[in-house]
Amino acid sequence: MNIQNAEISVEKYINDQEKKSLLRFITCGSVDDGKSTLIGRLLYESKLLFEDQITALEADSIKSGTQGDGIDFALLVDGLASEREQGITIDVAYRFFSTKARKFIVIDTPGHEQYTRNMATGASQAQLAILLIDARLGLSTQTKRHSYIIKSLGVNQVVVAVNKMDLVNYSQNHYNEIIAEYTEFAKKVGIKNFKAIPISALKGDNVIKKSTRMPWYKSKALMNYLDTVSFDNLQTSQPFRMHVQWVNRPNSDFRGFSGRITSGQIQVGDKVTALPSGYESRVTKIISMDADLEIALPNESITLCLADEIDLSRGDTLCSSVDTPKISDRFKANILWMSEDDMQPGQTYLMKIGTRITNATVMKPKYAIDINTLTHISAKTLKLNETGVCIINTDQKVVFEPYTVNKEMGNFILINRLTNSTVAMGIIEQDAKATSIELSTDKLSIDRDLRAGQKNQMPVTLWYTGLKWSGKTFIANALDRKLFANGNHSFIIDSNSTWKGLSEDLNYEDADRTENSRRVAQVCDMMNNAGLIVQTCFTSSFLSERRTAKKTIGEDNFIEIYVNTPLEVAEAQDMTGFYKKARRGEISNIAGIDLKYEPPLYPDIVLGSQTHSYEEAADIIFNELIKRGFIKKLSN
Amino acid sequence: MRKLSHLQLLESESMHIFREVVAESENPVMLYSVGKDSAVMLHLARKAFYPSKIPFPLMHVDTTFKFREMITFREKIRKDLNLDIIVHTNPDGIKQNMNPFDFGSEVYTNIMKTKGLKQALNIHGFDAAFGGARRDEEKSRAKERIFSFRTKAHQWDPKSQRPELWSLYNSRKHIGESIRVFPLSNWTEFDIWQYIYQEKIPIVPLYFAKKRPVVERNGSLIMVDDERLPLFAGEEPTMRNIRFRTLGCYPLTGAQISNATTLPQIIQETMIAKFSERQGRVIDHDQNASMEKKKREGYF
Repeated sequence: MNIQNAEISVEKYINDQEKKSLLRFITCGSVDDGKSTLIGRLLYESKLLFEDQITALEADSIKSGTQGDGIDFALLVDGLASEREQGITIDVAYRFFSTKARKFIVIDTPGHEQYTRNMATGASQAQLAILLIDARLGLSTQTKRHSYIIKSLGVNQVVVAVNKMDLVNYSQNHYNEIIAEYTEFAKKVGIKNFKAIPISALKGDNVIKKSTRMPWYKSKALMNYLDTVSFDNLQTSQPFRMHVQWVNRPNSDFRGFSGRITSGQIQVGDKVTALPSGYESRVTKIISMDADLEIALPNESITLCLADEIDLSRGDTLCSSVDTPKISDRFKANILWMSEDDMQPGQTYLMKIGTRITNATVMKPKYAIDINTLTHISAKTLKLNETGVCIINTDQKVVFEPYTVNKEMGNFILINRLTNSTVAMGIIEQDAKATSIELSTDKLSIDRDLRAGQKNQMPVTLWYTGLKWSGKTFIANALDRKLFANGNHSFIIDSNSTWKGLSEDLNYEDADRTENSRRVAQVCDMMNNAGLIVQTCFTSSFLSERRTAKKTIGEDNFIEIYVNTPLEVAEAQDMTGFYKKARRGEISNIAGIDLKYEPPLYPDIVLGSQTHSYEEAADIIFNELIKRGFIKKLSN
Repeated sequence: MRKLSHLQLLESESMHIFREVVAESENPVMLYSVGKDSAVMLHLARKAFYPSKIPFPLMHVDTTFKFREMITFREKIRKDLNLDIIVHTNPDGIKQNMNPFDFGSEVYTNIMKTKGLKQALNIHGFDAAFGGARRDEEKSRAKERIFSFRTKAHQWDPKSQRPELWSLYNSRKHIGESIRVFPLSNWTEFDIWQYIYQEKIPIVPLYFAKKRPVVERNGSLIMVDDERLPLFAGEEPTMRNIRFRTLGCYPLTGAQISNATTLPQIIQETMIAKFSERQGRVIDHDQNASMEKKKREGYF
């Protein structure tokens, strides 16, 4: 062949290579199911071995003598000296081969039970799984364990290869029995589809070519199936998300945000929202070294320039403004424990999710999962290779989507802060913020929404503030009666009940009043969780204590009511001589006298005893509660 | 609609790795061996940080027996791309006049390459080092993580490597510990050549066939790159058309007879190659499982 022809044919070859898709698949199953033999066979028969590798293989096979004079394909893929001695695969190995149609990366994972974590590692990167079953033994614990992991990690394509058919005389009945058993199990575990193929990796039946020894099997040989199976990239149909990896600032005139697109695509001009901050901007440029792009796709590493100078750094996520993900600091997650040291409930680990690393407290498992029976069992902790569902609280707000919705937005790892080792992999099932389930308790399926729904109301805290004798308690009592008459469940917390009980250990001084306020806010939150409407009647002099209360209770169910009664009117209404004592200096720290009262800047409701009667005031609040959807007016 | 090709996916994955390491480590470095994998790695690093300059230096551990053309090429790349390249040679080795002929390839490689590398990492206090190793090169490398942890003594323990889940890399380490990072882990030799061709990446001319002086030893063709190569009785260098699939120290690197003078021709040779890449390297054949042993000792 002359040089010119060589170049033309190579160019054609390269173009053909470019059309090939890339499929990453994992091989799993029990320790002796023959994974290494199968991979060795795939490499050998696809003529992908170099001559020196074949020479070494033949020499090694004779030395080990496991297959008589035949070739031991497993020797091809068992790399590390220690595992070659033990005859088991102890780590995750990656192999490469290609056919005319596709390029493949084979993720070879250990079968041994103590290496389940390695199998999960492999599965996290795979688009397809080949699950090997020994035809003589049928389903094993590992078959079930691995099926569960494949399913929970969202590996959608599953091939069940019933191996060692040569040792059961290529019996169709035998094969059918195993497949029937697996079909039943797959249903339980939630695997909707799988492809079943009877093979012998050792003899080569149905691996590359259809076997003549199993004419009853009418479908494709394994390799042909791998070449043609469709695997959709689900990340393409998702809305745009990109975790910011690195802020690109070559000089003061340029500021770009580098990352790899997690899902969806992005176009110049698209509106994006930075989360968790919520700032919005527009994409002005998509930078790559070759040329600026008009549009970028999932998995593409790019640098984005935005129209506005918004606060954005590593760990944040850029999202399509049309469809933004959730933010929370409390999650329900499915965790696989990967460390020899048991999980310590209540201990803080580091959580890496996207490009963010935050402190995360893992609570006692709500339940562990017995993978063999797929039942929930109670557990105090998770040990190596155990899986379970836990609540996780994070220090920082985290942008996320449930794993089942968007894989790359719902996966995380936990890192031991002292040893720096990766101790667990996890997937987010849902936001746990909304449900406010008490974290460390075992079974709490009735949440605040259910409780409140039973009472036909939404829980809310009405936080009154105003001088003493401004009329807060009178208004609250009037409202309490209205609510009761309307069939609602409400409760009043005031100074008398608090200082004599909950806070009897405190003094009526500044710092202690802040502590009292904190306790009251916690009680309000609990009562809200119980589904109740709560009214608090305290002077609540400081902006800061009210801000803290609002945060504790949650701003969505916190209504600040300012009873704006002037001091002289309050003094006039005083029936206990309280202000007189204060004026005489017998008591101190009294708001309006020797302590500054800080009126609210943006109260939800403002009332005053000069302008409203107590009943009128109560009506105003009652109507506001209806308007905001906390209660419904009882029709007679 | 645009669709990412196989190579674009690999490229993107490698860029992601580069950025993660730069964001999460204090003092990274890229080990630059001047070979074709280093050339690809350098190209990917430039892409990852563009329009910024590569935010870390390159480092070449010079064993004093590298091919002369490699050194010329290194200096040209340094100038053309305005790179910060640190060159380190083990001074103890120089004092002992270390060479593969008198000391044997194992001792020589250990002193000049393995020890030299450890020295350089310690001197500069690098806590992360990019390397161009690929999983398809050799059996024990098939199991290498992308982020590979080294003890304070730069040792690798195959049993204590961290699991790598999804694309969430845990790069945390204690003071004194370091990580080796392999952004080309999932590339094959063919991918490397195809990428060099498509991206027009400059590589050392030794990869292309040319008439060069060689002697034949134990079935390997050794190039007589300078007068330091001792010739055995009856050995006479002859000019033969050769090229290299892999580059290292010239007395330890076997050449192959070839007429491939262009990239498409090299790719064609690779497509029908009968010998896997590392066979040209003498050090892999020293002992059984030799690469794993070297890795445990701290060789890349």
